[in-house]
Amino acid sequence: MPPEAELHGGVATAGLAIHAHDARFTWPGAGRFSISIPHLAIKAGERVFLHGPSGSGKSTMLSLLAGIVAPQAGEIEIMGAPFSALSGSKRDRVRAERFGIIFQMFNLLPYASAIDNVLLPLAFAPERAARVGRARVAEAQRLLTALGLPRDAVETARADRLSVGQQQRVAVARALIGTPDIVIADEPTSALDTGARDAFLSLLFEQVAAAGATLVMVSHDTGLGAEFDRSLALGDIAQVERA
Amino acid sequence: MILRLTLRSLTNRWITVALTIFATALSVALFLGVEKVRTGARASFANTVSGVDLIAGARSGSVQLLLYSVFRIGSATNNITWESYQDLAALPAVDWIVPLSLGDSHRGFRVLGTTEAYFDRYKYRGGRSLAFAEGERFGDIFDAVLGADVARALGYRLGDEIIVAHGIASFSYHDDKPFRVAGILEKTGTPVDRTVHVSLEGIEAIHVDWQGGARLGPAISAEEVRTMDLTPKAITAAMIGVTSKLAVFRLQRAINEYPEEPLLAVLPGVALQELWGLVGVAETALAGVSAMVVATALLGMGAMILAGLGERRREMAILRAVGARPRTVVTMLLLEAALISLAAAALGLVLLYGGLVILQPWLDTTYGLYISIAPPGGTEIAILAAIVATGTAVGLVPALRAYRMSLADGMRVTQ
Repeated sequence: MPPEAELHGGVATAGLAIHAHDARFTWPGAGRFSISIPHLAIKAGERVFLHGPSGSGKSTMLSLLAGIVAPQAGEIEIMGAPFSALSGSKRDRVRAERFGIIFQMFNLLPYASAIDNVLLPLAFAPERAARVGRARVAEAQRLLTALGLPRDAVETARADRLSVGQQQRVAVARALIGTPDIVIADEPTSALDTGARDAFLSLLFEQVAAAGATLVMVSHDTGLGAEFDRSLALGDIAQVERA
Repeated sequence: MILRLTLRSLTNRWITVALTIFATALSVALFLGVEKVRTGARASFANTVSGVDLIAGARSGSVQLLLYSVFRIGSATNNITWESYQDLAALPAVDWIVPLSLGDSHRGFRVLGTTEAYFDRYKYRGGRSLAFAEGERFGDIFDAVLGADVARALGYRLGDEIIVAHGIASFSYHDDKPFRVAGILEKTGTPVDRTVHVSLEGIEAIHVDWQGGARLGPAISAEEVRTMDLTPKAITAAMIGVTSKLAVFRLQRAINEYPEEPLLAVLPGVALQELWGLVGVAETALAGVSAMVVATALLGMGAMILAGLGERRREMAILRAVGARPRTVVTMLLLEAALISLAAAALGLVLLYGGLVILQPWLDTTYGLYISIAPPGGTEIAILAAIVATGTAVGLVPALRAYRMSLADGMRVTQ
């Protein structure tokens, strides 16, 4: 019997960062795109690679995992606590406190500086802000330096003056500030060339490990899967329907 | 942080935002300006005559009497005979009486025939007396005293000659009997500034050989006329002061019931109230139109924010991803609308006062409309607060749309 089944059978969900069972979600309105996740368990500290072609429901999957939308049936738990069952604003709060999210591109508020972009989650997450302490800017600076960004590029310049690769690394710093539990990355390397991609990934792994966070990364590029603890095909864990 | 982000987001779109602020500010300035002109006009009118208890004239409308006698607007339909005037003057309740004889003009300015008592009795702006900038009252039949604007506009100095035209807008002149400038009055901010004052005898003298609108019979020279009896046959109106304020209404009734001739006496304050009643509709219409302009500008602002939402979906998605609630997105957009309205209100005030500083002298000299430049009062602040509140309320439309968008979009938006 696979380990997932044991967990599904009601054995302690402690030690799991993400646990979804019988979750089913349909977008409201036209299109009626729906996705169902019979079972998904991701351990805390695990690095999981989800791969699937475009249209396989990656964004919806991530929206569900990050609690931006909630399944109409079934449940998703985060760090052993109910998540999808919470109200929308409580989920927003959990997302602010526990998640770091990296998009494919255009991650940053273009009009704010890189530092302000990094500090953005702290405005919505008091506990996370408390973990960072008073020296917020210094912590943002530390992360940006660790991610290889030149100091002068990030302090005052608008974020949209940075190169795409630099913007993606600022997004990593934003996802990691205040040591969240889970980092979700949606094709973060698709806008980068191969050299930059590998450098980016190793920096991402390094910093995620330093923060002790769980990493869930989605990509259509199966070649990246080898670097992760576990690689899952989206089609195996979720069924997609279009009405 | 929310405020800082909102400000950054606004400055990021500064051209559209600045245009919107400017358009709204213009409408705010217009609205406040209309209000200023309205109150200024009322104050101006109310300040024009003070210390006069009754104005008597031939029977017509009370507003008409007030307008032509005090404001030199329009003309009398009929005159009061000199005999009636003498009877009025003899009434026991009458403390003083000043005759006014209107009908002629000098280069667009009205000529007023009166007595010396006019300079003692006429009061404006809460009891101020007329003062002479140069020269003195008329001592001779052909002396004229100019209002400040007349002297300034036509460049007259003491001793200059003035030819009076017959009627208000005519091409027949009393050029055989020129007047001489004997005095120039200080600026008052009232129609006095735009009036040429001469003696009643002077008015009589220039009309001695006239009948109706034309010269009649043999010409009588300016020298000859001095030897004649120049008691006027009629006047246009009279300003009256009473011995006791209690006697005003009794005297008014006595004049209105004067048996020899149909006369009308009005209390200036009451007639002014009646005038406001008449122009109130126009004022309301004007205020309504300028309020619509403000509403249009605020709706334009709402449309601007709404139109910008499309390209800001990314911004919303990022905020949602870092844990902002849909409510925060709503707050940001409302804050945006509030900030734009606030900036527009502030800039509107600046435009208003700037405009006032520039236009005040022109309004004063051209229309006799003196608008005082005072710090914004309770009404203005209430109007501005209402504008900011309305602007913020308009912001609800894009804010609610963004709310729905941010709920529906989730993390799907990638561009």
